[in-house]
Amino acid sequence: MADELTPDELLDKIDYGADSGNWMDTTKSVQIRPGMYCYAAKAESVETLGLPNARPWNPVEEDWKLPDDWQQILHEGIKVRLERFRTFKIFMDVCVRCGACADKCHFFLGTGDPKNMPVLRAELLRSVYRNDFTTAGKILQNIPGGQRLGGNRPLTIDVLKEMWYYFFQCTECRRCSVFCPYGIDTAEITIMARELFNLIGLNIDWIATPVSNCYQTGNHLGIQPHAFKDMLEFFVEDLEDITGVDCTPNFQKKGADILFITPSGDVFADPGTYTCQGYLILFKYLKDKYGLDVTWSTYASEGGNFGFFTSHETMKRLNAKMYAEAKRLGVKWILGGECGHMWRVIHQYMDTMNGPADFLEVPVNPITGTRFDNAASTKMVHITEFTADLIKHGKLELDKGRNANRIMTFHDSCNPARGMGLLDEPRYVIKSVCDNFYEMPPNTIRENTFCCGSGSGLNAGENMELRMAGALPRATALKHVHEKYGVNTLGTICAIDRAALTTLCEYWVPDVEVAGVHELVGNALILPGEKERTEDLRMEPLPGCEEEE
Amino acid sequence: MTQKYLIPLAAVFLLFLVAYTGAGAGLGWFFGIVVPYLAIIAFLVGFVIKVMGWAASAVPFKIPTTCGQQKSLPWIKQNRIDNPDTTLGVFLRMLLEIFTFRSLFRNTKAAFNRNASKRIIYSWEIFLWVGALAFHYAFLVVLLRHFRFFTAPVPQVIQFLEALDGIVQVGLPGLFLSGVILAAATLFLLARRMYDAKVRYISQASDYFPLFLILGIAATGISMRYFTKVDVTGIKEMTMGLVTFSPVIPDGIGGLFYAHLFLVSILFAYFPASKLMHLGGVFLSPTRNTANDTRAKRHVNPWNYDVPIHTYQDYEDHFRDKMIEAGLPVDKKE
Repeated sequence: MADELTPDELLDKIDYGADSGNWMDTTKSVQIRPGMYCYAAKAESVETLGLPNARPWNPVEEDWKLPDDWQQILHEGIKVRLERFRTFKIFMDVCVRCGACADKCHFFLGTGDPKNMPVLRAELLRSVYRNDFTTAGKILQNIPGGQRLGGNRPLTIDVLKEMWYYFFQCTECRRCSVFCPYGIDTAEITIMARELFNLIGLNIDWIATPVSNCYQTGNHLGIQPHAFKDMLEFFVEDLEDITGVDCTPNFQKKGADILFITPSGDVFADPGTYTCQGYLILFKYLKDKYGLDVTWSTYASEGGNFGFFTSHETMKRLNAKMYAEAKRLGVKWILGGECGHMWRVIHQYMDTMNGPADFLEVPVNPITGTRFDNAASTKMVHITEFTADLIKHGKLELDKGRNANRIMTFHDSCNPARGMGLLDEPRYVIKSVCDNFYEMPPNTIRENTFCCGSGSGLNAGENMELRMAGALPRATALKHVHEKYGVNTLGTICAIDRAALTTLCEYWVPDVEVAGVHELVGNALILPGEKERTEDLRMEPLPGCEEEE
Repeated sequence: MTQKYLIPLAAVFLLFLVAYTGAGAGLGWFFGIVVPYLAIIAFLVGFVIKVMGWAASAVPFKIPTTCGQQKSLPWIKQNRIDNPDTTLGVFLRMLLEIFTFRSLFRNTKAAFNRNASKRIIYSWEIFLWVGALAFHYAFLVVLLRHFRFFTAPVPQVIQFLEALDGIVQVGLPGLFLSGVILAAATLFLLARRMYDAKVRYISQASDYFPLFLILGIAATGISMRYFTKVDVTGIKEMTMGLVTFSPVIPDGIGGLFYAHLFLVSILFAYFPASKLMHLGGVFLSPTRNTANDTRAKRHVNPWNYDVPIHTYQDYEDHFRDKMIEAGLPVDKKE
C-alpha cells in the first residue's frame, strides 16, 4: 500500500535507465507484488453474466485453477480476434520498436519499470503472436536459439502471469497512441488481452463485481432502485437547505423530453455527489424557466461501463440498457453526465453495438434551437456540450462570484480527450462560471493529458502503490500550477477522476480539491425563487459569507 | 544481450561473403538472375498476402485516436486534421502522417530530476523525427535513382533527380547526397538502438538486421561508385536483361556488385515477413485512417451479434415490491 510508502520513498524508486539484459529472461522472476495488483474476481460476480471459469482463486498463489486446455482456449481466442479486429492484427505486425512511446506512459514515468513502456507491454503479447501465428515464428521454433533470436516465446504459465500483471497496469488511456507513428493503440491491445483473460476466468474483482452489479441491479455500486431514489432525495434536502428551492427530480417518467444518465459514482461518493447536485439544480432551472422535462432512471442508473474493461461483448450487454430505457420511456434523446470511459463507449461504440436508435429524435436543444448534428445518429449529447450551448445563448443566469474562491485548472480525462476530442466545451463552461482559470503545462493537457493513474477499473484500494505511481505525472503538473498560480481546485469531467484525483491530491498535492464542472455550474446558477445563498454545495461558506473570526 | 546485434551483423557479413565469393566461383547466374527474380517474387507475393490479410480482418468499431478538438458546436473551433470528421480531413491527416511523420514530430523526452525538485522534466525530442525522415527520404531517392539501371532511355525525371542529388558537385564521379545521408541516418538509428538504454532494452535482432543490411547495401554501393569502380556498362546490360526478361551475365562485373545485388535481394525477400511492413500498415491503421464521426453517422460492425441482456422487465420483476414501496413508477402493479 502507498500508505506504507511516502511520496518521497516512491520518488526514490524511479529510474528511467531501464535494465540491461534480455527482458524475456525476467519473465520467471516477475513477482506479483502487493500494492501493484488487484484482487481476483469473486466467483459469484463472474457467474452473474455466465462468464467462463468462475471459481475462487488468488493471483499470488502458484495455482491459478485454470482449465486444462487454457493454452488452446487462448490460442483460439487470439486467432478469432485477429480476424475480427484489424487493429489487433496490424498492431501485432507493424511495430518497429522505435521507442517513441516508451516514456509517454504514466505508469512507466511513475514506476520506471521497463515493462511499463507501452512498446514492451505490447511485446509481451506480440512475442507470443510472433511465435504461434507467423510463418517466421514457426520456422524459428525449429532452429536452436531461433525463438530467442526472433524475440518469440511460447505461451507458458509464466508468460501468462506476466501478461496478466502488466495488462492490469495499463489504464487504456491511449496517450502512447498519440505519439506512435502508426497509431498503435496500447489500449486496444490491453482490451484484447483482458478479453482473452476473461476466456479463462482471470478478471479482477474491482471490474467483475461492478459489472455484475450493473447487470443485475442497474449500476456498478449495486444501489437498489429505492436506495437510489433515497440518495437523490437526500441531495434534494441538502439543496433545499442551501438554495431554498425544491429540486426533486423525475424518475422513470414516461414521455419526458430527455433521459439523463450519469455514472453512479456521482450519486454515491464525494466529491461526485456535489456534481450530482449541480445536475439537479440545472434540471430544476430548465424545468422552471423553460419547461424542459428531464428524467432519471433507476434501471439505466449507470453511465459508466466496466464491461468495456472486460470484453466487447460484456460492454454491449451493459450498454444495451441505455437505448432500451430511452425507448421504453419514449424520450426524445439522451443526455449523458460527466464521465470518461462512459463517453468513449457512447461516442465510439454504442451506436454500432446497440443502434440504430431510430426510435429517438436527432437531439435538439428546445431552449436554444441548437441541433446537435454531431450526435445525429447516436442521439446522445454530452452535458458539457449541452450546458456550453445554453451559456453561449445566454440562457443561464450565473453568478460567478459564488465560485470566486476557486482558482481552477482542468484535467482532461483520457477518454473524452483522445477518444472523442471534447476539449473546449468543459473549458468554456468553467470559464463561464469562474473567473480564475489556469492551464497546466501544454504537454500534460488536451490530447497530451496524463491519466489519473486509476482508470480502466484499476481504482481499487489494494493497488494503491501502483495508482499513486501512475498519478505522478498528473500530480507534478498540478503541483506546478498550484505553486505558480495558487491553483486550489482541479476541475474534471469524469467520475473515476473525481474519486481518484482526490486520492492523488491527498497524496501528492494536499492543498488542492477536486470538483466536477457541474458542481461549479450548480454554485453559480441562480434558481428562480431561491433564497440568498450563503453556502456552496459543499455547505462551506460562499466567498464573502465567511463568518467573522 | 550483445548477441541481439552481433548475430545480425555476422549474418550480413556472411551474406556478403557468400555472394562475393560465389559470384567469383562461377555462380554469377545464380546471384545475378535466380536470386533477384526469386526475391522480387517473394516481395510482391508476400506484400500482397500481408496487406490482403489485414484487409480481410474486420473494422468492427471506428476508434480514431483524436488529437484535437472535436466537431461539436458551431462556435467551437474544430481541429480538422488531428480530429477529422470528414474524408478530406482523414486524407490530410494520413498525408501528413505518411509524408511528414507528424506523430513522431510530437515526440518528447522525459527525465526525472532527482536532485533539484524531484520532478519529471519534459523536453522536445526532435532527433528521432529528423533521423527517421532523413533515413526514409534518402532511401527513397537512392531507390529512385537506381531506376537509371532499369530504363533505357533514362526518363527525364530520374535524370533531374540525379542532378538535384548531386547538386553539391564534389568529386568525380559527383557525390550523391542521398547516399551519404542514408548511411549517416542508418548509423544514427543504429547508435540510438545500441546506446539509448530504453531502446536497447526493447530491441530485437530483427531490429538490428535490417539496419546492418541497409548499411551493407549502402557501403557496397558507395564503394562501387567512388572507390573500387565497376563496369557500369556491363551492369546496365545485365539489369536491363532482368527487366526485359532476357537475362544475361556479362563478364567482368566483379564480386562487389553481386554482393550488393544479393544484399538488396535479401532485403526485398525479407521485407514482407518483417516489421518493415509498417510501409503498408501505416495506410491501414484504424486509429489514424478513420473519421471521428461515430455519433453523427452509424458505423456498422459486420459481425455484430445479439447478446443476452438484463431487460427492464427482469429488473422490475426483481425489484417490484421495493419500487412500489418507494413510490417509483412500475409497468405492472402485480
